[in-house]
Amino acid sequence: MHIPDGYLSPGTCAALYAGAAPFWWVALRRLRKTLHTRLVPRLSLFAAFSFVVMMFNIPLPGGTTGHAVGVALATIVLGPSASILAISTALVIQAFFFGDGGITALGANCFNMAVVGSLVAFLVYRAVAGRAPLESSRRVVAAGLAGYAAINASALLTALEFGIQPLLFRDASGAPLYCPYPIGIAVPAMMLGHLTIAGIAELVMTGGVVAFLQRTDAALLAATAGRGVVASSNAEFGGAAGSLRPLWITLGFLLVLTPLGLLAGGAAWGEWRTSDFADPAARDAMTAASLGHAPPAAAPGGLARLASVWTAPLSGYAPPFLRSPTVGYALSAMFGAGLVLLAVTGVAAVLRVRQRSGTAHDTESV
Amino acid sequence: MTGKARTPRGFVERTIDGLLHAMERAVSAEAGAAGAGWIQRLDPRVKLAGLLSLVAAVALSHRADVIAALLGLGIALAIASRVPLATLLSGVWLAAVGLSGALALPAVFLTPGRTVATLPPLGWTITAQGLTSAGYLILRVAAAATFGFLLVFTTRWSHVLKALRAFRLPLVFVVVLAMTYRYILLLLEAAHDMFVARRSRTVGRLTAGERRRVVTQSAGVLLAKSLHLSGEVFLAMQARGFRGEVYLLDDFAMARADWLALVCFAAAAAAAVWVGR
Repeated sequence: MHIPDGYLSPGTCAALYAGAAPFWWVALRRLRKTLHTRLVPRLSLFAAFSFVVMMFNIPLPGGTTGHAVGVALATIVLGPSASILAISTALVIQAFFFGDGGITALGANCFNMAVVGSLVAFLVYRAVAGRAPLESSRRVVAAGLAGYAAINASALLTALEFGIQPLLFRDASGAPLYCPYPIGIAVPAMMLGHLTIAGIAELVMTGGVVAFLQRTDAALLAATAGRGVVASSNAEFGGAAGSLRPLWITLGFLLVLTPLGLLAGGAAWGEWRTSDFADPAARDAMTAASLGHAPPAAAPGGLARLASVWTAPLSGYAPPFLRSPTVGYALSAMFGAGLVLLAVTGVAAVLRVRQRSGTAHDTESV
Repeated sequence: MTGKARTPRGFVERTIDGLLHAMERAVSAEAGAAGAGWIQRLDPRVKLAGLLSLVAAVALSHRADVIAALLGLGIALAIASRVPLATLLSGVWLAAVGLSGALALPAVFLTPGRTVATLPPLGWTITAQGLTSAGYLILRVAAAATFGFLLVFTTRWSHVLKALRAFRLPLVFVVVLAMTYRYILLLLEAAHDMFVARRSRTVGRLTAGERRRVVTQSAGVLLAKSLHLSGEVFLAMQARGFRGEVYLLDDFAMARADWLALVCFAAAAAAAVWVGR
């Protein structure tokens, strides 16, 4: 799982450093707000714990043993923000000090395991655990599944990063410069080990420790249990509360950058129309974009059949009544982003109403 | 007692070995950093910038011979720094290169390209592109791992962190990294003691479920200890006047030899990127 130096191109490494950076920044801001001066000792201790627990040998069914990353455990006890930073810190020390994972690939490892792992673990845990009491066995199952899903999501992402290397980076003779295996080999090879041994190790570790904490100190599970379940002082530690302002600013920035899409030449790979298969210029563009593989002589039957099922109202990102494609593109982007925001706001409003009624119910039952 | 009977090594023994190995590595790194080699004498900022630029050059180079030359440079630097090659072999190459070699082997057969040989019993074809690709992977892993190893085994961890601060890494990250390292050593020792204590109290064979419970309980106890410790550390920091601000004593000073070394590192990295483009 820890990608060493040499497997990913410098471009991929830089992109994944850039991908992880906003999450580090937002997580740090959220934690500073909730922990103040406690931030440094608490984060350091949890990072140290994450490092040490990665070295535990876990006996698995079938007589074999495996190691867990512990990302779901960190997420459940600390919340996703603290988990992102704690696991990232542990990965930095592993890479620099123990040579486990590369220095150039550090951004990729942090993005795959710390960022994606923590977020997937948080979503799965909250979805499966629901509003169950802290001591409920449902939380043990949720924790195990969160660990299993988190490690497999990280592994899948790692495999995809490996898999795109031979497509994009080859020398003059055609030899892959970095990871030599395409997606068709990298994904099954990676997932076989993670869907079985590594995934089960994570499941056993996360579920087992949560079961242990339920018996010894269930309050430690309150941070991510949801507002209505327990209102403890731990809930401030990276849980649901926190300002979304940085995310809104990032979203606004991305919207402002939308016109950059106009600078991109050619068509996006795979986003072809049936008419493109008959157009020689479009065929040349498809061949160039597919590393020299020529497209079939005619549009595939399935594509031709399904192409007419739905016609987008803003086909080609421009309403038919606008003559300028540039203005049309920008208007379409704003319209699309507005629709998504409207849908998200609607879902959030419904969830808030449900949460309020659930909290009232819990308070009554207590 | 049957002295000659071999006891199967269980998960507890393997975990104890792993924890001990991590502690030994930390101790030997500190000892190596205190040695009297060429790199040890350099300013930590020069070492950090120089060795990381060589790692970047390894990643950026598109020619196997250039990457091999960088690996040669890494070995020469190790000799000049009096890092035992046996340590380099066992600590870096056997683990990193051995694993990458095993991973790269199928690429020799699976990568499409010009056939250079056929494996007689199976009829599998070895391609030139497959061999080159496996070569890239193994050489890159070996060279980058060598430079990373050199950085840690010739520089005290506290100096690496101070040097990171010189490159504008946010102070909070530097302090968290420093404290994490300190408490990793403490928690490694605590975990080691827990497993040794558990083993000394275990009679007979545990069932599979019991073995899993031992590990998860140990992890749970370690988690609780970490939480408890973080509270104690925070109180201790407050007792010493900690109010959220952290200060480091930046007392590095660049000598002429440091500037010269920095120029040499930069020239080697730039040449590797230029020739290997």
